[in-house]
Amino acid sequence: MEQAFETVIGLEVHAQLLTASKLFSGDSAAFGNEPNTSVSPITLGHPGTLPLLNKKAVQYAIKLGLACHCNITRSNYFARKNYFYPDLPKGYQISQHTTPICVGGYVTVKTPEGEKKIVLNRIHLEEDAGKSLHDVNPYATCVDYNRAGVALVEIVTEPCLSSGEEAYAYLTELRKLLRYLEVCDGNMEEGSMRCDANISVRRKGETRLGTKVEVKNLNSIRNVKKAIEFESQRLIDILKAGDEVVQQTRSFDAVNGNTFALRTKEEANDYRYFADPDLVPFNVTTDFIEEIKSNIPALPEERIAVYTQKYLLPEYDARVLSEEKEFADYFEEITKHTSNHKAASNWMLGPVKSYLNEHGVAIKEFSLQPSSIAELIALTDEGKVNFSSASASVFPVLVKNPGKKAHDVAVEKNLVQDADKSEIINWVDQVLQNMPDKVSEYRKGKKGLIGLFVGEVKKVSRGKADPKLTNEILLQKLKS
Amino acid sequence: MEVNDLLIDNLAKLSHLSFNEQERKEIKADLQEMITFIEKLKEVNTDGVEPLLHMSDNVNVLRDDVVQGSVSREEALKNAPDSDGTFFKVPKVIKK
Repeated sequence: MEQAFETVIGLEVHAQLLTASKLFSGDSAAFGNEPNTSVSPITLGHPGTLPLLNKKAVQYAIKLGLACHCNITRSNYFARKNYFYPDLPKGYQISQHTTPICVGGYVTVKTPEGEKKIVLNRIHLEEDAGKSLHDVNPYATCVDYNRAGVALVEIVTEPCLSSGEEAYAYLTELRKLLRYLEVCDGNMEEGSMRCDANISVRRKGETRLGTKVEVKNLNSIRNVKKAIEFESQRLIDILKAGDEVVQQTRSFDAVNGNTFALRTKEEANDYRYFADPDLVPFNVTTDFIEEIKSNIPALPEERIAVYTQKYLLPEYDARVLSEEKEFADYFEEITKHTSNHKAASNWMLGPVKSYLNEHGVAIKEFSLQPSSIAELIALTDEGKVNFSSASASVFPVLVKNPGKKAHDVAVEKNLVQDADKSEIINWVDQVLQNMPDKVSEYRKGKKGLIGLFVGEVKKVSRGKADPKLTNEILLQKLKS
Repeated sequence: MEVNDLLIDNLAKLSHLSFNEQERKEIKADLQEMITFIEKLKEVNTDGVEPLLHMSDNVNVLRDDVVQGSVSREEALKNAPDSDGTFFKVPKVIKK
């Protein structure tokens, strides 16, 4: 029965731009300032004040648009969206209603069915609202205007997503992009990236969209997926029962995993948009766009292509390495000092990643220089130290003493497998003499014991015997 | 354009204003007069004329991303009808 229906989803993402000041005033846009301290007469909507557009916000919006393959609008102006709400001091929100700075474009996502282009309708600039607090005071709503006026981009997709899974993939990709471009920190819990989902369901084959429901308060990518799955099933159940869907705004309850109605739209909102007379229009020139383009870093897809095609890394490695820009940058720094790309990847995905996770450290704050990792790779490539000693013993010392050389630490810790053949022969003889029973068992066919002998030699030599050479000598001795 | 009661009701709702019957009558008459006056402009042929959105020819008045110009909290709250010294206070918007 469920197969008779299809879900159509469009997503609206609000992303706070990482500008130091607000979109139209010089107030700090930082998160977590003391309530009502990042406010100016402009933010508070006092009469006679004049907003002034933040150049960096425009650059950031264009940067995102270019990365999403959008057309950049050359002639722009801002409009007023009029409505009353206590968190909106002026009684209107300044937004690019008629001339969104980016039009069209797409974000490519990986789905189980293959790659899909999530088509964008627009990306436009607008200002954020203040924050209403309902539980500070039992008799009043308290308002903090620090957030009012903070620069946002609203990224609107076409109604082209078909499942919670796809929405999850799109938001993950979009957040990665925002972080790569360093235009938004993408923190959904703190609200610097917020998502509303427009969901409708229709019978397969039907070309008209069903009545939509808008779900708000989705504070994590996982919850967006859960909310879409719940809501889609709820709408299907309504249609199956032969009832009609009511156009509503609903909220997601993360605790119970369901949605509940916030308000029903009796009539279309009348926002009475008009051009803001306080803000002069702004034009975007080709030079301006070219300058922004030249500052866009290599994006994940581009890096994955280089890692798999040029460095011949497995796709899995390439994806994990490029998940975060700083992590990928670090990896690329290592490859400037070594040609063993696979080893560099192994170090990143193994010891480096575990260290960062265990200690809750970001790669930006990691004490070790990429060149030190290259030294570790050289040490193991030359057979001087094996990988397990290098990662378990040398690596932690280097992390604590970032100035040290990998080779010096290996020598200090007596880990360098620099024993010559005659020394190893002595240790082998010693081991075999001490274990006559095992030797005869081996000679009778219990070949698996070779591991035991190698281990014993390692112990006696305190790790200085190269395991490969030890193995060779042992095989020779045991043959006779 | 006829200014009728429906239009007045809608405008009153959008602007969060309320008025008595006498006021409504006056507003309705005033508004009708104003609109009739402005509608005279409809006689001008504006085919092919771009709407004039801004009164000056200025474009691209942008500022650098610099933090400056905030006022103190004390000053910010001074004009608020109600506050607790930290927040602006407004009537409860969500009833629990």
